[in-house]
Amino acid sequence: MSGEVRFMQGNEACAEAAIRAGLSFFAGYPITPSTEIAESLADRLPRVGGTFIQMEDEIASMAAVIGASLTGAKAMTATSGPGFSLKQENIGYAALAEVPCVVVNVQRMGPSTGLPTSPAQGDVMQARWGTHGDHPIVVLSPSSVRETYDLTIWAFNISERLRVPVILLLDEIVAHMREKIIIPEEVSIEVRPSPTTPPGEYLPYAPLPGSDIPPMAAFGDGYRYHVTGLFHSESGMPIGKGEKAEHLLRRICQKVERRRAELVRTQVENCEDAELIIFSYGATARSALRASRNLRGRGYRVGFAKTSVIWPFPAEALREIAAGAHTVLVPEMNLGQLVLEVERALLCQCQVLSYSRVDGEMITPDEIERRVLEVLS
Amino acid sequence: MSYWQIRLAGEGGQGLILAGIILAEAAAIHEGKNAVQTQSYGPESRGGASKSEVIISDDEIDYPKVTVPDVLLVMTQVACDKYAKDIARGGVLIVDAGLVKRLPDIDAKVVASPITETAIACSGKAIVANIVALGLLVELTGVVSPGACEKAVLARVPPGTEQLNKKALEAGYALAKHAVPCQREGGR
Amino acid sequence: MSEHIRGYLRDRALPHIWCAGCGHGTVLGCLLRAIQKAGLDQDKTVIVSGIGCSSRATGYMNFDTLHTTHGRALAFATGIKLARPELKVIVITGDGDAAAIGGNHLIHAARRNIGITTICFNNYVYGMTSGQYSPSTPTGSLATTSPFGSIDIPFDLSRLVQAAGGAYVARATTYHVTMLTNLITEALRVDGFSFVEALSQCPTYFGRRNKRGTAVDMLNWFRDNSVNKKALSKLPPEQVEGKIIVGELYRATELKEYTKAYRELVERAKGGVRP
Repeated sequence: MSGEVRFMQGNEACAEAAIRAGLSFFAGYPITPSTEIAESLADRLPRVGGTFIQMEDEIASMAAVIGASLTGAKAMTATSGPGFSLKQENIGYAALAEVPCVVVNVQRMGPSTGLPTSPAQGDVMQARWGTHGDHPIVVLSPSSVRETYDLTIWAFNISERLRVPVILLLDEIVAHMREKIIIPEEVSIEVRPSPTTPPGEYLPYAPLPGSDIPPMAAFGDGYRYHVTGLFHSESGMPIGKGEKAEHLLRRICQKVERRRAELVRTQVENCEDAELIIFSYGATARSALRASRNLRGRGYRVGFAKTSVIWPFPAEALREIAAGAHTVLVPEMNLGQLVLEVERALLCQCQVLSYSRVDGEMITPDEIERRVLEVLS
Repeated sequence: MSYWQIRLAGEGGQGLILAGIILAEAAAIHEGKNAVQTQSYGPESRGGASKSEVIISDDEIDYPKVTVPDVLLVMTQVACDKYAKDIARGGVLIVDAGLVKRLPDIDAKVVASPITETAIACSGKAIVANIVALGLLVELTGVVSPGACEKAVLARVPPGTEQLNKKALEAGYALAKHAVPCQREGGR
Repeated sequence: MSEHIRGYLRDRALPHIWCAGCGHGTVLGCLLRAIQKAGLDQDKTVIVSGIGCSSRATGYMNFDTLHTTHGRALAFATGIKLARPELKVIVITGDGDAAAIGGNHLIHAARRNIGITTICFNNYVYGMTSGQYSPSTPTGSLATTSPFGSIDIPFDLSRLVQAAGGAYVARATTYHVTMLTNLITEALRVDGFSFVEALSQCPTYFGRRNKRGTAVDMLNWFRDNSVNKKALSKLPPEQVEGKIIVGELYRATELKEYTKAYRELVERAKGGVRP
């Protein structure tokens, strides 16, 4: 593969990839361990004519991102646990008002201020259900610097195409790790659907025939439309309870649900004949991969699988991967979050076990191997 | 050897995280190998415990952290006491002789050199001790070539400090030439 | 109301939800006339609001309009203005929205001197939630959450914005329709952060509970209890004590507007210039 060879931090790769994806607006607030994203973009964005602003708080950052996106800009913010909690109300706003945006959450140990410089994967459920009410969301979680680059671009593409907020769920390890990456020479970039009708006929929340996603006009382009966090009709105006309200909620949620199959990205190794599969995501997947390889080397029928898409959870794909296994072990740096979804997916199919670590250290291959051997004996 | 685990440990402000990055870049960019650098640190950027880890390999690197270091550089007594026991059999432990007084009894080659003292002697500044240490480490272990290391140093250090850092690196190389492995106190 | 101004309203969104006697329609009317007087381009003007009675105004206005979350209108508006500085951005907010939950955003928008005109519909009460006391409620007032009288000291929002660094600050009431229109027109012409505090009557919740009479009584009270800033120096102190000061309260000179400062930064960054 050709391309520029770089030695980069995960956070830096995220910033670089965002610009590559067309990012032109970033608003943020300093918080460990995500700050390098803001620092990189404070330096890079002005030089490419984009906008960087350090807002007065996390809530304002999320708000400014939505405002910028409404003018047609590709917009992003980055934060960590406490800031992610603060952004939730406005993330819900973006979900209901269908405003594309990318939110990076570099996970650290919580709850509360927690262990600010230590890694964790404790925001898996918050990323899905952090804001109130049913809502659509897509959550991606990379395991390496290169994958951070790729998933950042994909996050923008999904967000623009589906008009949905996309959460990029990093962890402190991937965010701060530096690795060699080869920058891809060509990447595919998508933009939001734009209106084909003149302003007088534009209904901002009416999908085109055969589609479930309404085209989006930019503020300032003469369409003069209303955007609200209230339930609204196809014209964008507020509505009360009833059939139209239900239709709106179902449509925005189904945008993502209907695309489950195209939102699958898994990596699988040695699963065909595996009796036990270690299933993981984020930085932990790297320990899981090493553990599975070590065990294979010692003759055990152990496989490795990881998902880069946390939500929507790839239940169907996992069922196929684990078709021949009697056990799936899910190591995570939390007290067992994604394992709940694995249990739901593999209900009646096989045994699902959790492996947790919550002392602020990365899970090691050794401890996974020990746990697997206990299970296999 | 195609898989190196290197740990640099000391306290914040000693520049060990930067030294780890430079070492990894020397391997990844200038020698075409794979490299991963990770770190752990406390909330304070000065004075707290600081650890930088580098893995260098010809192959893909899955688990990014160091488990059994082949090379361990320690720049405080605390770091020495904490990490010396992890070192691989036959590995290399490098200590700053001016900062680490009690040496461990381990099955490894132990090199105690006046790293910070050399930095001050060659440049008048303790701040380049990390580069002296890097030169020493590279020369002792051969983990990367001195040429690659120099390129990586010059690419990373602030503009205007190239000569200073080059001098520090060379002082580190020279230090290796007359470094004598320490006599172990006990033996096993 | 002229036909031209009728075109600033979305007929399909009317009638509005405000109570009979509410002052917010008057303030909205002043804003629409000011938009006309200032000659704003309807397609290049974005109106942003938060949550509350006043913030419902955006839905009625035939512009690009954004009805945001409670307190955050200025933060959303900051994103719009920075991403597309050629747009005129107006924020409609209330006393609860701007001074309580959104107080910090108000301070920082003023501090940055970003080119946004903010109209605060101040009616001393949370109307949308049926009459709780707000940060602007006069001490001693009754509200559903101050049944024994409010002990809080009210915020002077105009002074706050001036102190925080805003470029233009003015205040008028719904009694002073012409003055309010003119002040908003001036605010729209300012290149920087401009703030107009529009005191508005809420006969339903604030008025009734505090025995202020009808909407007309409340307008008369505004008339009798306000003093124009220009007349201040001519009046003896006892005639000024406790009065509402109306008129243009503050105008800064030589303050750089934020998005202009940012464009300059971009030019420096592109040229590789660092301090």
